[in-house]
Amino acid sequence: MRYEVANTVEEAVAILGQAESGLYPLAGGTDLLAQIRSGRVAPDGVVDLKRIPELREIVADDAGYRIGAAVSGAELGEHHDLVADWPGVVEAAELIGSTQIQGRASMGGNLCNASPAADSVPALIAAGALCSIVGPGGRREVAVEDVVTGPGKTCLAPGEIVAHFSLSRPQPRSGDAYLRLIPRSEMDIAVVGVGVGLTLDADGVCIACRVALGAVAPTPLVVPDAAATLVGRSVSGAALDDLATAASAAAQPIDDMRGTREYRVHVTGVLARRAAMIAAERAGS
Amino acid sequence: MSEEKKFRWVGTRPIRPDGIDKVTGRANYGADFALPGMLWGKVLRSPHAHARIVSIDTEKARTLEGVRAVITAQDLPDLFSEKARAQGGHHDMNDLAQNVMARGRVLYHGHALAAVAAVSSEIADRALGLIEVEYEPLPHVLDIEAATAEGGPLIHEDRVTQGVEASGPSNIAKRVEMGHGDTEEGFAEADIVIEREFTTSPVHQGYIEPHACLAQSASDGRTTLWCSSQGHFAMRDYTARLLGMDLSLLQVIPAEIGGGFGGKTTIYLEPLAVLLSRKAGRPVKMVMSREEVFRASGPVLGTRIKLKLGVRSDGVFTAGEATLHYEGGAFGGSSVMAGCMTVFAPYAFPHVRSIGYDVMVNKPKGAAYRAPGAPMAAFALETVVDEVAARLEVDPVDLRLRNAVKEGTLASFGPRYKRIGCVETLEALRDHPHYSAPLAANQGRGVALGFWFNAGLQSSAGVNLNPDGTVTVLSGNPDIGGSRASLAMMAAEEFGIHYDRVEVVVADTHSIGYTDVTGGSRVTFATGMAVIDAAAEVMRQLRERAAAVWEVDAEKVLWVDGEARLEGDDEREPLSLEKLARDAGRTGGPISGRAALTARGVGMGFGAHICDVEVDKETGRVEVVRYTAVQDAGRAIHPSYVEGQMQGGAVQGIGWALNEEYVFDADGKLENPGFLDYRIPVASDVPMIDTVIVEVPNPNHPYGVRGVGEVPIVPPIPAVVNAVHAATGVRYRDLPLSPPRVLKGMATPDAA
Repeated sequence: MRYEVANTVEEAVAILGQAESGLYPLAGGTDLLAQIRSGRVAPDGVVDLKRIPELREIVADDAGYRIGAAVSGAELGEHHDLVADWPGVVEAAELIGSTQIQGRASMGGNLCNASPAADSVPALIAAGALCSIVGPGGRREVAVEDVVTGPGKTCLAPGEIVAHFSLSRPQPRSGDAYLRLIPRSEMDIAVVGVGVGLTLDADGVCIACRVALGAVAPTPLVVPDAAATLVGRSVSGAALDDLATAASAAAQPIDDMRGTREYRVHVTGVLARRAAMIAAERAGS
Repeated sequence: MSEEKKFRWVGTRPIRPDGIDKVTGRANYGADFALPGMLWGKVLRSPHAHARIVSIDTEKARTLEGVRAVITAQDLPDLFSEKARAQGGHHDMNDLAQNVMARGRVLYHGHALAAVAAVSSEIADRALGLIEVEYEPLPHVLDIEAATAEGGPLIHEDRVTQGVEASGPSNIAKRVEMGHGDTEEGFAEADIVIEREFTTSPVHQGYIEPHACLAQSASDGRTTLWCSSQGHFAMRDYTARLLGMDLSLLQVIPAEIGGGFGGKTTIYLEPLAVLLSRKAGRPVKMVMSREEVFRASGPVLGTRIKLKLGVRSDGVFTAGEATLHYEGGAFGGSSVMAGCMTVFAPYAFPHVRSIGYDVMVNKPKGAAYRAPGAPMAAFALETVVDEVAARLEVDPVDLRLRNAVKEGTLASFGPRYKRIGCVETLEALRDHPHYSAPLAANQGRGVALGFWFNAGLQSSAGVNLNPDGTVTVLSGNPDIGGSRASLAMMAAEEFGIHYDRVEVVVADTHSIGYTDVTGGSRVTFATGMAVIDAAAEVMRQLRERAAAVWEVDAEKVLWVDGEARLEGDDEREPLSLEKLARDAGRTGGPISGRAALTARGVGMGFGAHICDVEVDKETGRVEVVRYTAVQDAGRAIHPSYVEGQMQGGAVQGIGWALNEEYVFDADGKLENPGFLDYRIPVASDVPMIDTVIVEVPNPNHPYGVRGVGEVPIVPPIPAVVNAVHAATGVRYRDLPLSPPRVLKGMATPDAA
C-alpha cells in the first residue's frame, strides 16, 4: 500500500486528483483505518493530510474561526476561545470515540465519512458552519449541511478535500448545544443526535435558531420547521413542546439494531427540547 | 481448622508477581509468539445459518503462490464410533470435532469449513476467497420457539432427546428434572402464588484477547502448541484426542490469558493449526479476528424460564417450580442442568422442582460463562422474590433471610448444605450503609442474592527449594485472577518465609502433573491445597535433614517461621531454610515436593448485591449510580483479588442486564459482531463497585478458602432489574433493559 504525505493543499490535490489514483485522503484515520482493516474499503494507498498547515490550525480573527479539517477533537477542546464561543460544536467533536481517538479524530474526517450518525455534523450545521473545499477546479465554500448527500456519499468531486471549516463570531446572547443518545456512556454511535444554535434578544426572546438532527435520516438534517417554533418566543413551555413535536416530525429514521424507528422519533423530540434549553442557558449567561 | 491461626501473609495485599509484566506489555499473550519460517493460518467460515455443503473446491487456493496448506474436514480423523470425552472435559468429542470443522453441513453462520496456511496473513485471506464452496441452504431454527415447534426443521435428524423415553428426533438435546417433595401440595399451602416467564438474549463472555495459538509439528509427530487458554491440559487433551495423537507427543505451553470467563475452556483453532503445521511442515500461527470471536466462539445463548413461587402470608416459601429452556447452539450442551440446580438453591423449600430442556438452534456452539446457567435462573427467581416482598409489604432482605439456606438445609439440588455463609452475607448487606442511604428522584434500589457451587477437580503442584533458599512453585493453572499471588502467599505462609522469596511458575503440560482448567472458581482453593501439600512434603524433608544434622528423631524437629527448631531445646541454634537449602547437596540431595489431588470439600458460595439506578424516564436510559457487592469468600487469601473478582462479575452482570445481546437477522446472521454494537460496559458506564468480603471459613480447606470468581455474576441481573422496577414501577422480564425496551415498558407497563 502506498503512503503519500502532502505538505500543502496543492500537493494533496495534485496527488488525489490523478485519475484512477486509488488513493484516499487520510486525516486522523479513525474511520478510514478501521474500514481498511475490516475490508470495507481497499485503497491502493493513502495521502496523509496532517502535515498541511491549513488543515491543522485553528485561526481566530474578528470575523470568526477557521478550523483546519484535520484538527483533532482534543485540540478543539483545548482552544478556550472556541470552547467559549461554540461550546456545542466542541462538545459534539469531543464525543467522538474515546480519549485515544480524540487525539486523532477530526471534524473533516467526521464530515467526509458521511455517516448519518456523525456527531460533529449536526452541531456544525446548527452553528451555521461553512466548509472550504479545495480541488482540481479550485476552491469553493459550501454550507456543511450541503456536503453529505447520502450514507457514505458527499458532494466532493474526485480530488477534492475539505480544507477548513468557518464559524462566525457568535452574535451577542447566542448559544449552541449538541446532545446525543447512546446506550453506553461513551465509545458508541449516536442513536439520535440533535444540535441547536440560537440567539436571544435582551428580553430572552429567541430571534434566530437553527436545529439539526443526526442518525434519523440518510443524511444529517437541517430542520427549519423545528427552528421556527422557537423564533419570536421565549425558550420554555409551549415553545419547547412545539420544538419537540416539530423535531420528531422531521425525523425519518429506520429500524435497526441501534434503535427502533418509533424510539428514535420520540427521542429526537426529547433531545431537541433538552439541547434548546442548554443552548438558551448558554445564550443567557 | 485454622481459625486460631495467626497469619503473616494470608489476608494481606502484596503486589502480584505478574503485574509489572502485564502493565508494561512484556507479558506474552496468545498472539505474541512467533517462530522462524512461521505461516499464518486463516479459517473459511459459513455464510449460512444452515446449509448442506455440496462441494468444496480448494484447488485455486492451494495453487496460489505463498499458500502452503489447505485443510477441510477430510483432513481430520473420522468421528468416534460412540460418545467420547477427553479428561476433565464436558464436551462430546464428536460435537467438538464437528464444531472445529464442519462435516457435510454447516450449522451456523460462522461455522468453520476450511482453513489455509500461507506465508502472510494477506495471502491467507486471499486464498480463503479462492475456495469455492457450493451450498444448498437448509431451513434453520434460531430460537427456542422455532426449535421446539411441532414439525419444524430438525438440526440433526438422528438425534433424540436424552432423558426422555421413546423420544423421536428432536431439537431438544436433553431433558433434566430434579427436586424434592410435592410441589402441588406446597402450592396448596401457599397464600400467594406468583408465576412469571422470563427471557434472556445470547451474550458473549467478552474477553478482550481473541483466541490465538501457534503450532509446530515435527515430522516425527512431536508437536508443540503455544496458546492462550484457561487450561493447557484441556487444550492438549481435546486437540490430541481429536487428532488421534498420544498425549505425550503434544506439549502445550500456556500463554498469558487476556480474559476467558469460561469461554477459553474449549478448542477452536488449535487442532487446525496443528494439522496445517503438519501438512505444511512449518510452524503455523492463527489469531481470530474480533468478528470471528463473536461469530464462532463461546457465547452463552438465549433462555426462557417459567418460574412459580408459593409463599405463605408469613413470608415462608412453600413451593418452587421452574421450567427452563436454554439454547445450546447447534450441538446442544447448554448450561441448563446448572440452571436447574441453582435456580432455587439460595432458599429452603419443602417442595421444589425444576425441569430443564437443552435446545439446539442454528447458532454457534455455546461455551461456559462464569457460573454457567446461574445468572439467568437468578434473574427469574430473585425478581419474583422481589415481587413477593412488595406484595407482602416486607423488606426484601428480611424476606430472603426468612428463607435463606444454612448448614443442614436440604438443598434444592439434592445434598444438605455444609457450613455456608448465606445468612451472614445477607446480614452484612442489610447492615451496610448503602442499604439505607437516601435515593434521589428517578432512582430506585434493588437487591438480589446469588449462589454458586464452586469446583474442586484435579490439581497438581510442585515445590522446588532452590540452593539459595528461595522457593519455586509450579502450578498447572493459567493465572487469570491473581493465582500466582495467592499460591505464593500460601507457600510463604506454610514455610514461614517472605512472599518475595517465592516464585510461582505456570508450568507446561510436560513439566507438571495433570491439572484441570482454571475454572469453577477452583484454583486458589484446589491448586492451593496441592501447593500446601507439596510444601508440607518439602518441610518434611527439611525436618529430616535437620534431624540428621542434629542426630535426633525427625519427630523432634519442628518447622517454625522458616527454620528448623529442636523441640524442647531453646539453646540449640535453629537451622534456617537458607542453610538447609545450601547444604542440601551434602545432606541427601535436592529438596522438592510434589502433590497431586482431587480436591474435596469445596466451599459453596453466596453473594448479595445492592444496586441503585437512575432512569431517564424520557429516553429509557438506565444508569447504575451506586453498587455494592457482598460475598462470603470463606477466607480471602489476597483481598484485593477477591474484590477484583466481585467487581468484575458485577460489571459483567450489569452489562448483561442492560445492553449486551446478540442481534441476529432473519437469516441467522449475527449483525453486531464487534464491541461497537455489542455493548459491554466501559469504565465510565459503571460506578466504583463497593465490596464487602464476608469470611465464613470453609472447614474443609486448610485456610478456609471458598471459590470467589463466579458467584459475583449471579446477583447483578436481578439486582439491576429490581432497581429499575423500584425506579419505574415496571417489572421487566426480558433482557436486556436497553433504552428502547425500558421506554416501551414505561409506556405500556402491563406488556413489559
